[in-house]
Amino acid sequence: MSEQQQKAVITVTGLDKKGIIARITGMLAEHNVNVLDISQTILGEYFNMIMLVNITDCDIALQELVDECNAIGKDMELDVRCQHENIFRFMHQV
Amino acid sequence: MAFSFDTSEIFETIHMISEENLDIRTTTMGISLKDCVSESTKTTCDKIYDKITRLAENLVPTGEAISKEFGIPIIHKRIAVTPISMIGEACADRDYVAIAKTLDRAAKDVGVNFIGGYSALVQKGITDAEREFLASIPETLASTELVCSSVNVGSSKAGINMDAVAILGRIIKETAERTASQDGLGCAKFVAFCNAVEDNPFMAGAFHGVGEGETCLSVGVSGPGVVLNAIKGREHLPFDELAELIKRTAFKITRSGEMVGREAAKRLGVPFGIVDLSLAPTPAVGDSVADILEAFGLERCGTHGTTAALAMLNDAVKKGGAMASSHVGGLSGAFIPVSEDAGMIRAVEDNSLCYDKLEAMTCVCSVGIDMVAIPGDTPAESISGMIADEAAIGMINKKTTAVRVIPVPGKKVGEMVEFGGLLGYAPIMEVHPFSSKTFVERGGQIPAPIHALNN
Repeated sequence: MSEQQQKAVITVTGLDKKGIIARITGMLAEHNVNVLDISQTILGEYFNMIMLVNITDCDIALQELVDECNAIGKDMELDVRCQHENIFRFMHQV
Repeated sequence: MAFSFDTSEIFETIHMISEENLDIRTTTMGISLKDCVSESTKTTCDKIYDKITRLAENLVPTGEAISKEFGIPIIHKRIAVTPISMIGEACADRDYVAIAKTLDRAAKDVGVNFIGGYSALVQKGITDAEREFLASIPETLASTELVCSSVNVGSSKAGINMDAVAILGRIIKETAERTASQDGLGCAKFVAFCNAVEDNPFMAGAFHGVGEGETCLSVGVSGPGVVLNAIKGREHLPFDELAELIKRTAFKITRSGEMVGREAAKRLGVPFGIVDLSLAPTPAVGDSVADILEAFGLERCGTHGTTAALAMLNDAVKKGGAMASSHVGGLSGAFIPVSEDAGMIRAVEDNSLCYDKLEAMTCVCSVGIDMVAIPGDTPAESISGMIADEAAIGMINKKTTAVRVIPVPGKKVGEMVEFGGLLGYAPIMEVHPFSSKTFVERGGQIPAPIHALNN
């Protein structure tokens, strides 16, 4: 992994509904954020999604991206989090 | 590039933060004030204010930014400075309280919630200035809000300074009386130490040791809730497997602290100090060290077996954490404050946990008698006796021990006292009624112990 590339992990959990991914990827595209990978599972009515995104060229600060994600979460009644990948990398990889 | 995470690991981290109270308890900036020494109190104060506000200007906003970007709460941002007894010693017009007020003002202006280092190291002897300093502690704690004070009265190399121990008993009483309207809250900001560590990021005992550099950024992690959740419901696991489980959990908790510490140090442009691998409880439900001990299979914390459980927990946390961080330091272990831990409070209320058992537990935990409320009419000599006992445990066992007791004015055994916020609330605990007066009045030095013939 190159040192310059900055990545974030976006997680979405909550009741499944239409347009979750569209809404989030639409916002990401607006801010020049590239989706690197998506993992999605639906258990019953429960929606779980993890997205790894490249924020190197993002046109807003990570803190603002976090706000945008939280706003979508509030609007769609979902738990949407956006976190720099290092928190996961440090905790789970030696 | 391929998705490099196991999705369950991602949800595990999120669960730890959102459900199990995983947080970074404190990011503490250590600042050396050695270059602020001067012959005038005013000049010293000006230099101290300028240096703290310059170096710590971005401490709080940086902590908040990191907290948001990485999605992990950072509860406290704090400052630790060189022991003030030394910094004010050269002033011709010595006025330690004026320096304390400067620290308080600087702390408020940079937005931190505590500043530690109103401290003295008197384990072997007391200078004239240090005597003045000790006498100034009650006024400082009563007239400032954010200043924390600590005094080291003993060490494994020097023994115990019983003159200082006698003085501290009186200081704690006077502090309680001066802050009587807040139930003796001033005493919650004061710790008596044996074998004090120079890089502890936790209050009230944090100070920037004289052997430390210009400045550094240290981190204290937390996470009793995470450990509790890992071991809950596994009643039949033998101890070696239980220890393994705690080690793994401590590793993950500490890694989050290591990451935050490195990131904060980089952004602030200061060296990374240490990660303190502590399990620091809060009064929140599920964020309790006592709950972990009970999950070991004890009906109530304080019953027979509690000391063994705590010993294993403390050791497993250190083993797991030591590998997770490049620089481990501070107090590193399980804290057992009473008022800040809902499980400890319950154990006291149920008469399972008494002062003497708590003292036994301090032989194997990371610090000592912490946040224990005692009757307001406890004599100063009895408090000195408590300090001497704890210092002896630390001196002989070569570990840090401390006493932070609050003789709550006007309150008696069984009554409750509310300190508010993370300081929590506590039932007043019973202390021994027999006098330690003649013992404490002897004064002098308990000689350093022999470091051989270990039995």
